[in-house]
Parts: sequence; structure tokens; C-alpha cells
Amino acid sequence: MFKRKSNSDLAAMEGRKFGLDGIMTALSFVLLFIIVVIPIFMIIYNAFFYQGKFDLTLFTSVIFDKENLKAMGNTIIIAVAVTIFGTIMGLFYAWLLGRSDIPAKGFMRALFTIPYMFPPFFGAMAWDLLFSGRAGYINRWLMSTFHLRTPPVNINSLGGIIFVECSYYFPFVFMQVVSALERMDPTLEESARIAGARQSQVIWKITLPLVKPAISAGALLILISSLAHFGVPSILGFSKNIFTLPTMIYALINKSGGSFEGIRQGTALSILLVAVVAVALVIQKKVLSSGSYDIIKGKSMRPTLIKLRGAKYPLLFLACLTLLVIVVVPLVMIFLVALVKAYGLPLVWKNFSLSNYQKVFASPATMDSIWNSLFLSVTAGVVCMFLGVMIAYVINRIKPRGRNVLEILSILPYSIPGTVLAIGVILAWSGAIFKITLYNTIWIILVAYMARYLSFSMKSASASLQQVNSSLEEASRACGATHTESLRDITLPLIKPAMVSGFFLIFLPAMRELTTSILLYGPYSRTLGVQIFALRDAGMIPQAAALASVAIVIIIVCNSIVTWITKDRKGA
Amino acid sequence: MAAIKFINISFAYGDKKILENFSLDVEDSQIMCLLGPSGCGKTTLMRCLLGLNKPSTGEIYVGDRCVFSREKRINIPPERRGIGVVFQDYAVWPHMTVLENVCYPMKKHGLSRDEIDSKARYALEQVRMSDYAPYLPSQLSGGQQQRVAIARALVSSDEVIVMDEPITNLDAKLREEMLIEIRQIQKNIGTTILYITHDQEASLQLCDKMAIMDSEGKLTQIGTDEDIILRPASRFVFEFIGVSNFFRLSRINDTWCFHDNNSITYTDSVPDKYNSRVDMGVRPNDIIFDDSSSVRGVVKRSVFLGSEYNMFIDFDGQEVRVQRSTFDDGVGSVKEGSEVGLKFLNPVFYNAKEA
Amino acid sequence: MSDKNQVVLRHVTKKFTTRTMGTVTAVDDFNLEIKEGECFSFLGPSGCGKTTTLRMIAGFEDLSEGEIELCGRLVSSSAKNLYIPPEERDLGMVFQAFAVWPHMNIFDNVAFPLKIRKVARREIESRVKDALKHCSLDGLEKLYPGELSGGQQQRIALARAIVTNPKVMLLDEPLSNLDPKLRETMRFEIKELQRQFGFTIIFVTHDQSEAMAISDRMMVCDMGRIMQIDTPENLYRKPNSRFVHNFLGESTFINVTIKDSRVYPKGDETQAINITPPDDALSEMVIATRPNAIRLTKDSGFRTRIEKRIFLTDKTEYLVPVGEQLVKLQTPHRVVFAPGESCCIEIASPGWYPPEDKEAEAERARRQRF
Repeated sequence: MFKRKSNSDLAAMEGRKFGLDGIMTALSFVLLFIIVVIPIFMIIYNAFFYQGKFDLTLFTSVIFDKENLKAMGNTIIIAVAVTIFGTIMGLFYAWLLGRSDIPAKGFMRALFTIPYMFPPFFGAMAWDLLFSGRAGYINRWLMSTFHLRTPPVNINSLGGIIFVECSYYFPFVFMQVVSALERMDPTLEESARIAGARQSQVIWKITLPLVKPAISAGALLILISSLAHFGVPSILGFSKNIFTLPTMIYALINKSGGSFEGIRQGTALSILLVAVVAVALVIQKKVLSSGSYDIIKGKSMRPTLIKLRGAKYPLLFLACLTLLVIVVVPLVMIFLVALVKAYGLPLVWKNFSLSNYQKVFASPATMDSIWNSLFLSVTAGVVCMFLGVMIAYVINRIKPRGRNVLEILSILPYSIPGTVLAIGVILAWSGAIFKITLYNTIWIILVAYMARYLSFSMKSASASLQQVNSSLEEASRACGATHTESLRDITLPLIKPAMVSGFFLIFLPAMRELTTSILLYGPYSRTLGVQIFALRDAGMIPQAAALASVAIVIIIVCNSIVTWITKDRKGA
Repeated sequence: MAAIKFINISFAYGDKKILENFSLDVEDSQIMCLLGPSGCGKTTLMRCLLGLNKPSTGEIYVGDRCVFSREKRINIPPERRGIGVVFQDYAVWPHMTVLENVCYPMKKHGLSRDEIDSKARYALEQVRMSDYAPYLPSQLSGGQQQRVAIARALVSSDEVIVMDEPITNLDAKLREEMLIEIRQIQKNIGTTILYITHDQEASLQLCDKMAIMDSEGKLTQIGTDEDIILRPASRFVFEFIGVSNFFRLSRINDTWCFHDNNSITYTDSVPDKYNSRVDMGVRPNDIIFDDSSSVRGVVKRSVFLGSEYNMFIDFDGQEVRVQRSTFDDGVGSVKEGSEVGLKFLNPVFYNAKEA
Repeated sequence: MSDKNQVVLRHVTKKFTTRTMGTVTAVDDFNLEIKEGECFSFLGPSGCGKTTTLRMIAGFEDLSEGEIELCGRLVSSSAKNLYIPPEERDLGMVFQAFAVWPHMNIFDNVAFPLKIRKVARREIESRVKDALKHCSLDGLEKLYPGELSGGQQQRIALARAIVTNPKVMLLDEPLSNLDPKLRETMRFEIKELQRQFGFTIIFVTHDQSEAMAISDRMMVCDMGRIMQIDTPENLYRKPNSRFVHNFLGESTFINVTIKDSRVYPKGDETQAINITPPDDALSEMVIATRPNAIRLTKDSGFRTRIEKRIFLTDKTEYLVPVGEQLVKLQTPHRVVFAPGESCCIEIASPGWYPPEDKEAEAERARRQRF
């Protein structure tokens, strides 16, 4: 049979050459050009050209700078370590929850995905409060109790950074593997038992290799995220002069006070960072060649769970302890410190007050930051939601020539580190094009968010459109609806759930964004993340914690709304 | 109610010609089954009728109305052709209730609310889905969803409904029920139905007339079920409609012999118009065992399937499929390895196919 | 086939308890003796307990009661709380969804059971080669399952199962995911492998013609109970219950009234059907026959007429009124009667059953939901 070649035909039937479809196609190309191509071009141009001439001097001097090389080394060490430990941790707990008879699975599964919701730099703040040199609460307690001279744990170190990033990034692997295990046909494992393999052999020879694609997808996410990560190394590393490439770029630009020279140096470093990410991608692909296996269930049957027997309660204890350390401790810490009158006071009842919250809500700068973040997240969410649907429709249904270019352009910014994207946006919109200057305004942040998050809504809409069989639209044509009416009455309502979830996929990370905003904010365009970071930087740690706790509440509320909405849609 | 006329339709995907100068008349108020192997172009023809594909030549009429004509440059868009359609994958809109699905086409055609109401109720009654009006498709079984699709097609057009393999995704029992229902609905309403399928069994049960297309997209026979079964017009039809055995007969010294081998003779008559070589087709259940026959073979394999035995018989190097009813006399005594005499009832003859 | 018992089930019972449906006895006191080299089928509608029984034999489920013996060795016993794990039962097993490992090529898939058993490399190579040849997969060693069709994947599963030369082969609906044509070929290939290797087959299916085509003996079960165990021909010709009759192929049931040893269609006593009722017949009975066991003639037997004619691809189906009921019968295409034409039917040696059992139907519906 011939593959149905549907909607291009449908459009052609309309009789007009340049209808709705043509407009949407053209618009998609133009917008992606403006949002994605221009910033990327500006980075490359400015790194290699100076005053219109090809000039490598700046680039080489930046690259061979000792400090910068050290930052690059740190970036790689951290990312590799976080990837390895995060993957092992995610894998272990995914297996424990997916294949063993450990109790309270549903509850633990929900808790294990919590770190995914919160920005890692909140965690870094909390751990910093507990273990930073002599000032950290636990360090002080340990030193006084055991009469130690030096603080026993130093969180302001590569190890500390790795630990905190790990605890926030392991859910990438955990969630991928848990769902792969769920979808896996249990007879694949049973047939290995019949073939004579013991339970442990089945795990190593069958289960693990089969979920390898899921592991590698999760590990890749960890690697890229960690390479580009700004929050944790900046909070834990600045005080001890530990830099990574993203924090170094920030430091350079910050030091030069936003001058063009600083930005140019940042640009050159950006190229280095992009190169590291690109190399990581290539190596990843080589090391873990990800095949996609067909491991979907045949007969619906529950997999035979492995009896942990004696190890059951020790493992349950370990899982609970992990949850306590990575989820409960940081969150509780932030709320406790938010209540304390001044940083360093013992965490006892008489030192608690709500004064920090009063200060937070009384400060116009702080309130502005909340409103700015809300405005940016909602606007970016709404705009990207519609743009994403339009681009997805063009790619999946209209299928114009060059749709691969469209697809690549809309996904590309996702693998570009946020810091780099921010620099590209600065270079593009500081008067370089049509003399448009958005620098220091909230609009430049919006443009950056749109570039960064467009792929989320595009992918979500794309996946949903692929579920909507073209015969649904054809049926409505046959029922008397025109092409536009079919779009409006059939296709759009059908992908509405994907649009809603696309919105929240953008809204939630945008609310807690730090990496790009920290480079783009101006005096009147601080975001929530920036303000928390700035408060902490200025030593107002309890206030920073108070604002962070407000952010946590906002995030929890929004997340519950999302869960509620998606649950509601499942019936439809 | 309207007849459908395809005149000289051609269609190609790129260089691949699917249909060439294809003509077919579907009579008014009938169920016409368009039957052909997959890839023969029957779905393409349907899409041309609906306006989803644009033929490169020819004309299509629905009743007196020309919906497509290359010469006259007529190409009415799908939404104004007034043809109801039922797709294989149901294509009921999942975000609308059963009632909304059925009402949508009438809203688009601008009917009054009362009219919509009464027609929707009638259509749902026809498919026995009245009780499900407020349900969403996801709450219905596959068979029920297909009924909704049929109801929706009924209200979109009083004249012509096209069905593209509408029962393929249902299980065997439901398929049979649906066929009976489609038949009943057509009787009640009297629309013309063009039913497209590759399933011989379904089209035999459903059709007033069937049109059989071969793999090259040519029409090979149009007729009633009786015509097709009892008087297949070509070897293709005979082979396509059921399991068959073919024997090469050649005339040597005025007697017909099997396989150019003058020691095995065929003693029954062969139509006079064949004089040197002919292909004889026989259905497996038209071969009976007769010890007096000179055509002898050895049972290589006998498989009991309940109602019948399927046997594979080696006859002079040719594997012959024989199907004997479990209740035929003496069938139980024929075992693997027995020698049997074969007698051919009801043979059909076609010009010898050149190797 | 020999007389030695290869698989023995004694009083095997399995109960499941769920929150919504309460306790359901999925398998109720199964006693079976399957002989060495026999091909034995478990046949029944979904929820009859056939798959559960197979999984208990394989060692994936424990028993609520009873014991299982494989090749003279006790492998499961609820009384002794003894459960030999699946990997130590030396079985071959083929699953409905193929269950070939997509991350291994065909050679590695088939070699896996031998590698696990630490067989020498050279021997592995020759045995895998041999197994692949038997399943007509030679030359495809380096390919991955994803590159093969469903039929070929199931052949890999077969090769993997025979490579260890097991005494007992468990086949769990192995042909259900294949298209009808392939099913027939594979069925033949499985029998051929059995002939060469001499293993015992336990074949689970819900498709009666498949079971009849492949089995030496079969067990028909329903709602967790064994209904009948016999050879396919005996089961088809002499079913001991209406359920078995109905399940083993198309059936024609006629409700009849018996008066003075004469058999009338229910509700119409103008013409008697020319058959002799059994001695213990009730006054109301159901006679059961098959559509192709009814002879359609011009003038001998029960006089009626053709109500409806349906051409099928390989036979013609006629509906004829018998009293107030429509009776379905089938003939080859060459027997031609026109709709409305007068005709006669003869029913030879039908089965006799008491009228319908409503309770059993309700219980079946409940289990279907389970």
C-alpha cells in the first residue's frame, strides 16, 4: 500500500497556491531565523572577527589562558563525575523500584522525581549553609562535638559541587529507566530464566543491555546539563576561586562591567564551551551507541518481582536515607534559615521570626523580580506554545522543502549552553541589527527564553500531532469542513492537551531560570533567580532563603496544577 | 441517492502509475464492493472520488453532478462533494461526543437545529448507538466507534457513502455482525455504498455487486456474488477468490493428458474451444477420492482441522491440495502414505498460461 | 511416543485473590499425565486457566495445592514448599511475543543458553549452527532480530529453545502473532522439529483448529476446570458437553421437543425430524451438529426451503427454517440451490444435550471481566 500523502494534497485541493499553509511556513522560517540563527551567527562572528577583519588573537589568548584552561578542566571533571555517579544512582533506584519487591513504591517514585522540580542552586544554597567551611551549621556542630580543628566536610570544593549536581540530575536517568522497565516485555526476562540464567545473570545480560538506550539518553541529558550548569558551581565555587566555563564567562563579563571587551572575551570562551559540549556529544554517541529496541509488551503481564528477602529492609532504609538527604534536608534547611533572624544564629525556636519575609515582600526590587519572572514565564510560555504548534504543524503536516532545517533550528538551542545563548542574544540585540537595542530591558530576557525553550513546546506539539491521524482531518473535509475549519475544529482541539503541557514545560523552568538571566538582567529586569542569587551574594542569606522558599511554594503550586490538568485530560 | 461514474481515471504517484484509464459504474442504491489485492489502487480510486487525490485524466460523476473533470477543469473540493466516508481507523473525533461527531457534518452544511436533531437521532438509531450519544469515543469499543463513523457518514450524505476497509480492525465475530448491520442500514436508507476491501469473504457477504481489480489496477470482472463464485471470468478471479489447484492439460493423440505425460489421461470432457493446451482449475473441496480413477496420488500430509481434513497429495510430482469434509464417508480411513484415486468435480478451464 | 510419563500434574490448583473480584480459582484440581514425545495442547477461551497452568509448569508461578513432576523429578510441590526455579528445570519455551533479545544478534541469542551452561566455545558453535539449520535460519547469524520478520523471529525463539536439547518444550501461543499463512507453515515446522528431536510439546492456544492440527491429545478447559481430554478427532466427533461442542468449531444447535419417541423442532409439531432420540432423553433437548454434517438434498429428509444463501470463498452457506428456528448448513459450491427453492435436509448422528445452562454463562461473563 502507498503511504498516505495527505495534507499537502488537502492544501493543494484548496485551489489557492498561497493560503494559510504558505503563510505559516514562511512565518516559521522567518521567526526561527531571527530567534535562533542571528544570535548563533553573532557569537561566531564576534569570536573570530574584530572590526570586520578575521582576527584570531583574542580567541587564542583566551583559550590558552591558564585560568581558563583550569576552568575548562573543572567543567569536564565535574560533568564526567556527575554523569557517572548520577547514572549509577538513577539506575540503581530505577531497578529497585521497577523490579524488586521493595515496599512503598509509588510513594518513593514520586519523591525521587522531586529534585527534578527545583533548581539545583537552591540545593547548593542549602548545602552551603550546612557545610561551608567553619560557618556551616553541621560543620560547626561536628567541630564542637568532636573537638575538631578543621571543618570535617568542605562543600566548597569540586567534590561538593559534584555531590549537589548529582543529587539534582540523577532523576534524568531514573525516570527514563523506570519507564523503560515498565514498558519492557517481561517474557524477555522470563525466556532467559528458561534458557538457564540465574536471576543475577538475567539482570546483567538481559535487563541492563535492554535499557541501555534509556540509560544513555538519560546520561546524555545529565552530561549536557552539567557542562552548561551555572548555579551550583557559582554558589559553591566562587568563594574558593573554583571556576567552570559558565561561571568563568559570567565572572569575566561581570568584572568588565558589561563592557564590550568583557563580552568579547566571554564570546571566545563561549566557543570553547560549545566545543566541549560538541565533543561530549560525539563521544557519548561513540561510547554508548544508542539503538532503539522494540521492547514493548506483548501480553500484558506483570513482571515477576525479585524477592529481596533479607536485603529488603536495609535497602528500604538506604532509599529513605537517600530521599532524606537529597530532598528533605535541603528544603527544610531553606525554610529554617528563612525564619532565622540572622545568618549564623543557632536554629532554635527563640531565633525564629517572620521578619525576613516582611523584608522580602516590602522590598520593591524583590517584588519586581517576582513579577518580572511571572511576566517572562507566562509570556514565553504562551508565545512558545503557539509558535511550537505552528512549527510542528509545518514540519509534520505541510512538509515544505527544508523542513529538516526547521526542525534542526528549533531543537538546536536546547543543546547550546544557556550562558552561550545569553551572550549571543546580547551581541545580537545591542544595536547590531537595525540598531535595535534591547540590552538591559526585560525583552532581551524574553527573546533568550524563547530561543531556549521553543524546542520544548515544539516537541510536545509534534508528538501530539503524530498521534492525530490525518484521516481525522480528511473525514472532516468529507463532512463539509474547509481546510481552515478542519484545522480549527479538529486538529487544534485535539492537540490542546499537548499545548497546555507545552506551556507548563516552559513556564516551570522559566520561573526558576538563572543561567541566562544572570547575564541579561538590567536594573529593572531582575528575575526571581537573579534576585535570590544577588541577595545571597550581598550576604543577606536569610532573605535569600526566604525568597527561595517563596519560589519553592510557587513551583509546588504550579506543579500540582500541571498534574491535576494532565490527569484530567487522560480520559479524553 | 445517486450513481457513481468513474470515466477514464488515471493517477500516478511520481513515476509509479497506480490507475490508468480506469472506468467503473456504481449503480444507484446498491452496495458495490470494490475488491482487489492490496496495492491495486482501490484506495487511490476512493481518494480520487473524495477529492483527496487529484487524477491526471478523466471524469467523476456523482449522480448527474460532475465532481471532477480534467477537460472541463472541474475539481470540487472534498467538503463540497457531499460524499459520506468511513475510514478503516474509524476517524471519529476523540474530543467530541458521539452526538457532536454526528452533528458536525450537518452544522457544516448549515442545516437548521431541528433538522440536525432529528437526523442525528435517526442515524444513531440506525447504528443502534442512541444510548451512547453523550459518550466520548475513548469510552467506546472499536465496533462502537465504527458505528459512530457510519452514523456520521449517513448524515453527511443522502446519496453516496464510501467505506474503506471499515471492519479490518475489528475481531472476527464483530466483523460478521457489522457486515449484517451495514447491509440492514443500506436496506433501510437506500444510499449507494461503495465498499472497498481486500477481504473476499466480507465482500461476498455484503455486496449486491462486486468489482474485482487485479494487481495492475485493471478491472477484471463485475458481477453478483453468484457470478463471481460460479462463473469466474478469468484465472485471476478464480485464484483470488479462494484456494485453488491448477493442472496443465495437453492434447496428445486426441486425448487430454496431464503434464504433457501421455500415461496420465484426463477422461472427462474439456470445452471444445481449447484444442492443444489448457489450464484446469479445481477447488480443493471439489476433488474427491475415487478408487476407479486413473489419476493417482499419494497422501503426503493430512491435517485434521475439525470440520475438515486438509490433505497435500503428491500427484506425479505436483502438490495437490484436497479438502475433505470430516463427515464424508470413509474420509477417516485415508491416512498419510495412502494411495488415492482423484476425481475432479466442477473444473474451470482457462487459456494455458505461458511459463 | 512412549508410555513413559514426562509431565505429571497431581491435584494442581491455583487461586488468585484480588481486591476487586475476591478469590478466583484460576486452576481447579488439574490432573494430567503427558507422555514422552507427545504433543499435548491446552485449549480454552481466555481466562480458562491454560496459561496459568503452563506458567506453573515453567516455574514462574507457585501452586496453591498439588504437585508437578517433570521427567520423573518433583519440581513443584505446595505441600513440601518445593519450587525448583525455572532455570533449573531444563525446559524449552517459546512465547507469543517472541521474546528474542533485540540487543543480541541471532547467533548470540541462540548461543545464550549454552554460554550460560559454560559449554566449550567450539561445541557452542557447532550446536548453534545445527539449531539454526533446523529452523532454516542458516546464514543469518550476524543479523539482529529487529531486521527480521515476525516469522523469522519466532524461528530464532525456536532455535534457542531446541539448542539445549530439552526433554519438554512449552509453547505459549507461539503462532498467534503471525499471519494465517505463516501459521500453517510454522505449525508444520514445529511438528517436524519434534519428529527429529523427540521432545514432548505442551502447546497453549485459544485457536481450536490450530490445536487440532498439531496435537496428539488435547485438553479443553473452561473456567479453571478440565472439560475433556482426548484426541482431536474424538473431541470433535464426540464432545462430552455442549461447551466443548461449541468451542471446537462451528456448531448448529436445534431445540427440539420429544413426543412418543419422535423428534419435533421446538414449537412446531407438523413434521418430525428423522432421527432416533437417546433412551434417557428429556422431553426438551438440544441437538448439536455441524453445518457441514447436514446433508442438503432435493427430496430426502426433513422438507424445508432455502431462506437465505451466502457464498463464502470456499463453500456456500444456506439458512433453512426448521420449525421456528433457522438452521445453518454448509455445502461445497457445486451444490447449488436458489434462494426460496424447496429442499430437504438430513441430520446424521447428532449430539444430544439438555437445554442451556444460564448460571454457567453468568460465571463465564464474570471471569471474562477478571
